[in-house]
Amino acid sequence: MRTGEAFRVALGALRANRLRSALTMLGVVIGVAAVVVLVALGSGAKQEVTDQVESLGSNIIIVVPGKFELGAAPTVSRLTLDDVGLLGRVVGDEGAVAVSVASGENVSNGRRTTFVTVNGVNENVPNVFDRPVARGDYITAADVDTRRRVAVLGSTVVRRIFGDVDPLGRQVSIAGVRFRVIGVLAHQGSAFGVDRDTEVHIPVTAAQRLFGVERIDALAVKAPRSEDVVPLQHKLVAALKDKYTGEEFSAVTQSQILGTIGRILSLLTLVLAAIAAISLLVGGVGVSNIMLVSVRERTREIGLRKALGARQRDVLLQFLIEAVLLCVVGGLIGIGLGVSGSLLVASVTPLPAVISWWSPVLAFTVSALVGIFFGVAPARRAGRLDPVEALRSE
Amino acid sequence: MTVEVRAGPAVEAVDVRRSYQLDGVTVEALRGVSMRVDPGEYVAVVGPSGSGKSTLMHLMGCLDRPTSGTLRVGGRDVATLGDAELATLRNRTIGFVFQSFQLLGRTSALDNVSLPLVYRGVRSAERRDRAAAALEAVGLGQRLGHRPSQLSGGEQQRVAIARALVGEPSLLLADEPTGNLDTASGAEVLALLGGLVEDRGVAVVVVTHDREVAERASRRVDVRDGLLV
Repeated sequence: MRTGEAFRVALGALRANRLRSALTMLGVVIGVAAVVVLVALGSGAKQEVTDQVESLGSNIIIVVPGKFELGAAPTVSRLTLDDVGLLGRVVGDEGAVAVSVASGENVSNGRRTTFVTVNGVNENVPNVFDRPVARGDYITAADVDTRRRVAVLGSTVVRRIFGDVDPLGRQVSIAGVRFRVIGVLAHQGSAFGVDRDTEVHIPVTAAQRLFGVERIDALAVKAPRSEDVVPLQHKLVAALKDKYTGEEFSAVTQSQILGTIGRILSLLTLVLAAIAAISLLVGGVGVSNIMLVSVRERTREIGLRKALGARQRDVLLQFLIEAVLLCVVGGLIGIGLGVSGSLLVASVTPLPAVISWWSPVLAFTVSALVGIFFGVAPARRAGRLDPVEALRSE
Repeated sequence: MTVEVRAGPAVEAVDVRRSYQLDGVTVEALRGVSMRVDPGEYVAVVGPSGSGKSTLMHLMGCLDRPTSGTLRVGGRDVATLGDAELATLRNRTIGFVFQSFQLLGRTSALDNVSLPLVYRGVRSAERRDRAAAALEAVGLGQRLGHRPSQLSGGEQQRVAIARALVGEPSLLLADEPTGNLDTASGAEVLALLGGLVEDRGVAVVVVTHDREVAERASRRVDVRDGLLV
């Protein structure tokens, strides 16, 4: 029998049992769609994180006390404002060192209050990070030196407590202390559904007094060129270790953060894909099951075909093609559903989705293989049926 | 090749035995049968149920192999053939007509009849022509697109006969061909089978326990307890 003929016969058999074929396919459809969607979400998360870290600015080294490990509890900081000078001398530019001491506080304008991150910073933040001011001015060195009570608000904070009123020159109360608004930070948007414009920046000196602390949480240094990043990283740590004998300090670069997060997210994507693959496997078992039923139901037909001259491989091919068709058509529908599902998730939820070219290709290949793998057993059974027995069956 | 096959006997059995293992017990269905059917012969195999006549038909139809003895179908020793070769032999030399018609549902008469040609690798245009001619020959030229469910029992059995003939076999095996038919349609089918022998020189073997059917044959073979009597 020609292969084209076997296709025609298989297609006819699938059409004859439309509902059953559709239901059988459903398992494969769901499995493939799940693989495509979950891989898209995993890749989307990775892409998002990469974008975020890169949007910080370039050639940034973050200096923190203790050993830097993702998920580790932060060490109590002994870094102080004096270290800005120290690190500035290491870099050769004091303007390339930003500081941060942060705390969650209530910020209010009259009755309207919002709880946000209040970040004590120095004047170098817009220089080190990509964090321009949309309107007004940023904190100056004089503000830091004189511990002036001025604040630069994120756009969401403005919207929450001022609404449409222009906040510039007005007063806000931060943890009960009055600050004058001198600027509004440029809009940054959100990532993973988290608004990145809910920040308030105040001079670090004012923040230390407000929070009742002497420390600073972290220093950020901008290397002049990308090839300076790695040597500078070591020099910064060495300088701090020199000053604070017996203490640990870490300097992490963007590529290190990306590397760590990237590994975690790759693993996450892999796990998600593996879970989805299980459902594909279950779909394959469903195909196998239905094909066995189909072989049993059509035993007489098989007997007849054999009596008329069908060889074992003709019958085997017919049933194998049926199983593969179920899986391949199911796989194609699943890819369509997975791609549109990913786009839908990306558009209606904060979760980003990136459809990589390989996940539909992989899903399709796997579903075809599933068809062959799970189709072989029923098809062999059909091929081996004894024609005498088969013709006699009900 | 065709000429050679037609020249020799269509089927020749020499001391053919067939036994089955059923739950460890050996059941002898045929216990040494020797017979031959020549081209153009019309043979009736008669016997009560359980006599072994169905087994004999399956053997002659190459659906089964003898346990011992020699069975030649179309000049070829069945015992020496593999499954695939046996399938090809069935396809080329044998036409089957079953009591229950065994037509594929949801499939037109034309497609049912062309089925043996599908397994011979004949192209679809030629299949259609030959199947249409075969249906014409059994008087169903106007029913090509009908499905089995749209045909009467007699018509269905005529479709089955057309299917058995389309591959131009040298041996036609009919197992109770009138068993599911009323008298009138049964007579039509039998007339058709009788005509085949005369017009085409095909060897016809009809398995039956119906005396009337058997009487139409030119020769009658009685089977009892796995032996010819």
